[in-house]
Parts: sequence; structure tokens; C-alpha cells
Amino acid sequence: MAYPTDRKYTKEHEWIQASGATATVGITDHAQESLGDIVFVELPKVGAELAAGKTFGTVESVKAVSDLYAPASGTVTEINADLATSPEKVNKDPHGSWMMKITLKNAGELDALLSAADYEKFVAEEAGH
Amino acid sequence: MKYNPRVNEAVARVEGIANGHPYQPEKISQGALQILKTLSECLIEITGMDAITLQPAAGAHGEMTGLLIVRAYHHSQGRPRKKVLIPDSAHGTNPATAAMVDYAVENLKSDSRGMVDITALEAQMSEDVAALMLTNPNTLGVFEQEIHKIADILHAKGGLLYMDGANMNALVGKVRPGDFGVDVMHLNLHKTFSTPHGGGGPGSGPVAIKKKLEPFLPAPVLMTKSDGTLGFEYNRPQSVGRVRAFYGNFGMFVRALAYIQANGPDGLRQTTEDAVLNANYIRKGLEGTYDLPYSTPTMHEVVFSDKVQAKKGVRTMDIAKRLIDYGFHPYTTAFPLIVPGALMIEPTESESKEEMDLFIEAMKSIAEEVQEDPQTVLDAPHSTRVSRLDETAAARKPVLRWKPAV
Amino acid sequence: MRYLPKSPADREAMLKAIGLCSVDELFAPIPAEYRLSRDLKIPRQMAESEIVDYFRQRSRENGEGYTSFLGAGAYSHYRPVIIDSLISRGEFLTAYTPYQAEISQGTLQSIFEFQTMICELTGMEVANASMYDGSTAAAEAVMMAVRLTSRRSVVVARSLHPEYREVLATYATHQGMPLSVASFGDDGRLNLTEFEKLITPETACVLIQSPNFFGSIEDVAAIAEIVHRHDAMLVVSIAEAVSLGIVEPPRQADVIAMEAQSFGVPLGFGGPYCGVIATREKFVRQMPGRLVGQTVDRQGKRGFVLTLATREQHIRREKATSNICTNQALVALMVNIFMTVYGKVGLKELAKQNLAKTAYAAGTFSEHGKVLFAASPRFNEFVVQTKEDPYAINSRLLGHKVIGGFPLKKFYPELGNAALWCCTELTTRSAIDTAVGLVAESERSVRSPKEADVEEVTR
Repeated sequence: MAYPTDRKYTKEHEWIQASGATATVGITDHAQESLGDIVFVELPKVGAELAAGKTFGTVESVKAVSDLYAPASGTVTEINADLATSPEKVNKDPHGSWMMKITLKNAGELDALLSAADYEKFVAEEAGH
Repeated sequence: MKYNPRVNEAVARVEGIANGHPYQPEKISQGALQILKTLSECLIEITGMDAITLQPAAGAHGEMTGLLIVRAYHHSQGRPRKKVLIPDSAHGTNPATAAMVDYAVENLKSDSRGMVDITALEAQMSEDVAALMLTNPNTLGVFEQEIHKIADILHAKGGLLYMDGANMNALVGKVRPGDFGVDVMHLNLHKTFSTPHGGGGPGSGPVAIKKKLEPFLPAPVLMTKSDGTLGFEYNRPQSVGRVRAFYGNFGMFVRALAYIQANGPDGLRQTTEDAVLNANYIRKGLEGTYDLPYSTPTMHEVVFSDKVQAKKGVRTMDIAKRLIDYGFHPYTTAFPLIVPGALMIEPTESESKEEMDLFIEAMKSIAEEVQEDPQTVLDAPHSTRVSRLDETAAARKPVLRWKPAV
Repeated sequence: MRYLPKSPADREAMLKAIGLCSVDELFAPIPAEYRLSRDLKIPRQMAESEIVDYFRQRSRENGEGYTSFLGAGAYSHYRPVIIDSLISRGEFLTAYTPYQAEISQGTLQSIFEFQTMICELTGMEVANASMYDGSTAAAEAVMMAVRLTSRRSVVVARSLHPEYREVLATYATHQGMPLSVASFGDDGRLNLTEFEKLITPETACVLIQSPNFFGSIEDVAAIAEIVHRHDAMLVVSIAEAVSLGIVEPPRQADVIAMEAQSFGVPLGFGGPYCGVIATREKFVRQMPGRLVGQTVDRQGKRGFVLTLATREQHIRREKATSNICTNQALVALMVNIFMTVYGKVGLKELAKQNLAKTAYAAGTFSEHGKVLFAASPRFNEFVVQTKEDPYAINSRLLGHKVIGGFPLKKFYPELGNAALWCCTELTTRSAIDTAVGLVAESERSVRSPKEADVEEVTR
């Protein structure tokens, strides 16, 4: 799958798409692929303060749990309530099934993240190990 | 699977044993107390430790009790410590237990032989470390050959060596943890002393300790009174406290003692030897067919990986499901975590040579199927009343109880 | 007698196949200085007949043929014969943990039925596949509330089983969770005004028992109202499961921690028993212990699997909801069979018989001694206060093959010479009359107990 170029990526396999001071966050196709069938997504409450690089939730498959890491610092303004009842949407459309929206504390933090091309390269390298 | 002797069940149902009330006066509980005493003495001798509590209800509960004792000990030394070292090959109960008693967990990596990396241990050991939780033989079925060094490194910095006795069935009658430096350990009575699996329980997890830890045992503690009768001592000011109501899973003590009596010292030793012999026989039989990630000598269980079969898209769980069609209960899948796609095979002493030959044959036949017709394996089991069940659906929309139709 | 199927020739052949000469080579990885070169000093091998005889002798030393009035968290109810017949089947008795669902449908379905019936009985939405016992279930339920509320202190009723309280103290204090104890009033039930004062903004939950340790039924609705007003959770422990046949279940609770021993599990000198946690669906991800769920196979056929395992230690390790690994599967099966055999109507009838026996006994006792907390509704236990020390009374009763009530002095010195008596459907009227007669006789001729008499039966 081609990784959309309208957003940035983390080495922990999250994507973030900024629009002014707000941003939308989800996990990548590679992440959903390696997790397998996702059965549960645990997200923070609206209003929660997130710090870049810290965990903000978990995503579970039948036999594994992975932490989700905030790509940038900010305040949660909205979570995708749909995922509570239909976690499989993350498998079906990872780049469309966003998890939360945040107000960015420092939009400059995104500059340090990976571009689509760099992320793709990173995933390929990781698989090579 | 270890055989669960039927005589154990018969004696557990004798009237005065099955129906004793935990609060009936000690005067008319001497029989039960004698069973506790005799079993305690046997287990202390088998483990080479100095004292024991039978109170913990299962292995994991024993781990908790053991670590509480560790915590109380360090506290009494005026130096509460912060963390517990746990090898990456350990069972999940170890880190979960450490967290429950408020210790930070520090992962300890294994070396290329599947044993504790001594250099890493030396580097990580500090006066902040309360204990190392070591399973020996570990979950790869490998005996920690440098156990004396491990114990020395721990003790030099005032730490304690906790042994998870889950695999004690590889050692009984051959070597005693108390002799190789273990300070505190738990036993799983089902695994080593034949109490029934029962579809997942009940367990029983006695904790054996060295003398210096005795004051911290859970209360009450069994004692012989001045008149020679048995009773419980409740006044234990340094005790970690009670870990369950009453005295433990007494019914399991009866069964474990009956098992020890049926075997005697020579029988228990032969049992251990047969368990180790069986595992090595299977290893020999399947080496070459399945990938053996660690070639270190095997004790009571052998761990292969699905590396060869994975190339055909067949994973350990698929092979396990296919084994059902051959009439075998599958091995443990996907554990230990340090072996990707693990097949953990523990035949125990209870299988005959004929049975193991059939098992080896079945495993080889499945390996062939994987090469020639992987789909048959992927679709297994074919012979059961239900086919492969949808675990994903079960977890996504949990149905945890029956509800009457509206 | 050994349980080993191999002949010496088999062993030889196997060693040869492995490429070894002797079995000692298999143990070479163990450093030589640690290898045991002697026999273990344990009893010599015994014949099956000797083993059976050994346990029969111990049984006799345990005092057979006594009439008992003990309850206090372990109850003597009738166990239908079918329970042991069914659980002795190898498919249940020796079966491994049901990780391989396709060959474990019997075990899994029985647990699913257990979860369902526990929900029906308690009025909760989900129940787990069982916990070690009632005491650890209560402690784990409290830990669950701590996780759910992100608060750390706990209020516990003094009328909770004292050993359950001790277990909770062990679990909580080592994790630095402050515990406060709420006293009981003159009616033997939680003192509501005092109790509310103990709740602070840091209180995660309140743990009570109903029927409580004295057999009195707590006003759960009123307690829940107070607890919820402070945004804390209410955990209710039930030690006498048969009470659910007639007592309204504590539906207002957030978590119920139960001991199901009364449902067909032998007294067995205190274990193994069968704890269980039941709660609301929304709390299920913080619930400890195994869970069985319904699903379908590839053909759409109904089946059962272990589910929501990501809560558990084998996946989440140090972040798991608990370190618990086993459940009480075989004991839960006894409970399941018991509930099935009695059914809705039978359980109610059973509870009524317990109530009637107890009412008769308490009434007869009150003619000769003081029955405490008599104004509160009770199930099958009651507290009798006497002039004489209950240990001395019990010592005399023992001579008549009667085990009297559980002396409360050790745990509740404030109640003076008091004992907790219990009647079940198995207690006969003549046994009650005999016991009351003996207690009354003692009361008429109170003498100071000789120390030696008392010590013998002290617990």
C-alpha cells in the first residue's frame, strides 16, 4: 500500500495529519498488518493532555497488546467513537480510520517526523532485520 | 500430560478428610494437620529448603507470596529495594506478580544458549534489586548450568534468588534447589505431584524458603504443641499476612501426599529420569524435521520453532490444530516468547515409548503435509465436532453469557 | 507402585536411540557438586492398600460423626451424588486448560454456563470463570476498583469475614493502599452514619459482605446510594451462596466477589473452594481471571473459546489485571452441576429450609441465652452470647459429639462471650434441641472454665 503523502509518520507506526493547529492521528497500514485482526482500541478521554512520544492508548489483537504513542504533544479534542464498536475498521482502512483529533501544542514537532517516503524506507529496513 | 492417579481421588473423598470444617477444634483435626505436616516435611526434603507454607492457592499465588516474603525480608534489613529481575524467557505470571507486589520489573536477556546472560546479570545487579525470579530448568527446558554463579552474583549484593518451581518435575530426586543457592521458591502441585488438571484448576502453590525468611511466612504456621499434638500458630508479628482464607487447597495436599507415598524416593527419582528421557527422545526424533533454535541440552521439555514450516505459511498453531486430527493433544504454542513460533513439547514421564513413537511419526507426517498440501494443515482440525473457532469475533463482540430469547 | 509405563528394555532402547549410554548423561547439565547422590528422605514407597489405610486412619483422627454448627465462611450443605460422578470423568478431571478450543468444548461450555448462572443469581452482567476463593476474589475485586477509579484507598466493613479482611490487608498494604475499617452498629450491620464519614475523595471502593459475617443481611441499596454519591465503587462479598436462593441479590453493587463453596463443594478443611467475580459489562476489561465467550466455527456452528485474554498475564505481563493464571475449573464444574441439579425452584426451596432451621434454632437459643442482632434480617447464621466462655462450652459439647458455634472472641472481643452458630438444611431439629439443651445446662451452672479445658479447643 502506498503511504499518503499528506501526513507525517512515526517510527512507532502512527500517522499524523495536521491542518493548522489541529491534527488527526491513526496507525499505519504496516501497524495493522503486523498486529493482525484488531479487536479493541483503547483511546484517551477528550481533554486529555498528551506528550509527544508518550503512550496515549492501546490497540489489541486476540493475542497481543500494543501501546500507541503520541506523534506530537497536544490536547485531545475528539476521539473516533466508531472504533469502540467496530475496531475492524482499522484493519480495513488504517489511513482513513483515524483514532483521535488533537490541538497541537507545538506544530513544529511534526518537522522531526518521517515523510511518507522515509517511513516506507524505514518499514522496508525494519523488515530486512 | 502427567497421569492423575485415581487413588488420589479415592483418598481425598474419605469422609473425615473430605468433610472436615476448617474451624473445627484442633483436637479433632489431628488427622488433617498430620497430612499438612507430613506433606510439608516431604516437600522441604525434596526442595532442600528449610521451611514451607502450603497456603497459596496456585502457582501464581505462590509467586505473590514468595515475593511478599522477599519484600518483607528486605524491609526488615532496613533496605527496601525497588526492582525484580526477570529473564525474557519467563512465564507471564512472573512480571505480573512483581507488579502486584509493587516491584518494578527489569528484563534480563538470555544468551545464545538460552540461559541467563551472566555478563548482563552482573551489569544489571545492584543494591536496588530485591530478587531474580528464575525458572530452572527454564521455559526452554534448559537447566541454568551457571546457577552457582547466578546465586553468587545475587547474594553478593544482598539480593535473593527466587526460583519459579514450575519445572520442578525435571529435578525431583536428582538435585535440590536449596542446595544450589535458591532462597525462596514455589511449587505447582499439579505439575510435579499429580493433582488433577481439572480443565484449568484448582492449583496449589506451596512456597518453600530458607531459614532466614521463616519469620515472614504467611500466618498461620503449623506447629507441634508442648503436648505433642499439632496446631496452628497465629502470633507471627513479622508475617507478610494471610494470602487466603483458611489453610490452602487442602484437597490438593491429600492428593500430592498420596502421590509421594505411591512413589517413594526411588519412584520419584525414576519419574524424573523418565520425564527427561522422554523429552530427549522426542527431541532426537524431531530434530531435522523441525527447527531447534537452542541446541543446549534438554531436560523435561523441548522447544522447537515453526521456522521451516512458516515458509509455507504454516505456523505453530496450525501444526497444533493438525495434531488433533492425529489424536494428540497439542503441545504449548507460541511460548516462550523468545522463540518466535514456538512448539513447546513436554511429554512427561506418563507416556510410553509406543505413544511417543506415534507422536513423532505424526509430527513428521504433518511436516510432510506442510510441504505437499499446506491447506490441509491450515484448515485443521478436520475431525472435531467444531472446526476452527473464530477467536477474533469472540473478542470483538464478546458474548460472555447465555441470554434467554426475548 | 509407580505410574510409569516404560520397561527397562524400553528405556535402554530409547537411550540408544538418543545416542547415550546411561541416564546419568541426561543430567550432565546439572553441575556435579549439586547432584543428589542419595535417596530423598521421604516415606518409602507404599502399596495402594497402605495409602488408602493411611488416609482412613487420618480420617478417624479427624473426628468422624460429629454434628457441627460451624459456618463462618465454610458451609455444610448436601452434595448431590451426581456431582462426583460427573467430575470424575476423565474428560473433566484430567483435561488440560482449554487453550485448544476445538477439543475443549465440554470444559468451555461448562464454564460458559457457570458464568451465565452466576450472572442470573447475582444480577450482574458478566462473571469470570472463577477465582481461587472468596477471600482472594474480594481482594482482587478491590484491586479492580482501584484501577477503575484511579483512587487508592479502601473502606472495609468490620462485619466482613475477618480472614477476608486479613487477605485484603495483605494485598493492599504491600501496595501502599490505605485501608480503613467501618464498624457495625447495635443491629450487627454497617453503621451508615459512621461509615459515610470514612469515605474520602481518595476512596476507590467500599467492601462489605452480605449476608455479613454475623449472618445479618446488609441494606445494600442504602449503602450503594452513599458510596455512589461519593463516586466510589461498591464491592459486595457473598460468602454463603445459598442465600441467593431467597435474599435479593446485591444488584446495586458495582462488583460482586463471591465464594461458591456452598454449591456442592466439599468442606475439605478449607479448600479448594470456588471464588468468582461478577460485574457490569462496562468494567469487564479490568476484570481479572479467565473468561469464556461464545463464537462460531468456520461453518457457523456455535462454539466456545477463552476470550479477552489480553487482560491476562501471559499477554500483558507486568501490565496485566492480575497475575492469576489458573481458575478453579473443576470446582466451578461442581458448582455448575449443583446449580443445574437444584434449578431455580430447588435453590429457593433449599434457601427456605436453611432459613427455617435457623429461625427455629435462634428462637430456641433465645429462650436460654441472648441472641445478638436479633432485629436484623438474617440468613442461616446468628450470634449467641453466653455467660460462659464459648470455648469452655464447646469443649463440653465436644464430649457429646457436637461441634458448637465459632467463638468470636479472637476477632470480635467487643462482643464478649459470643459465638457464631450456623444451621443448614442438614441440621436436624433433634441436633438443635440437643445443642441448645447442653448450652442451657452450661449456662445454668456457670463455672469458671479450667484453663486446660479451654486451651484444647482454642483456635
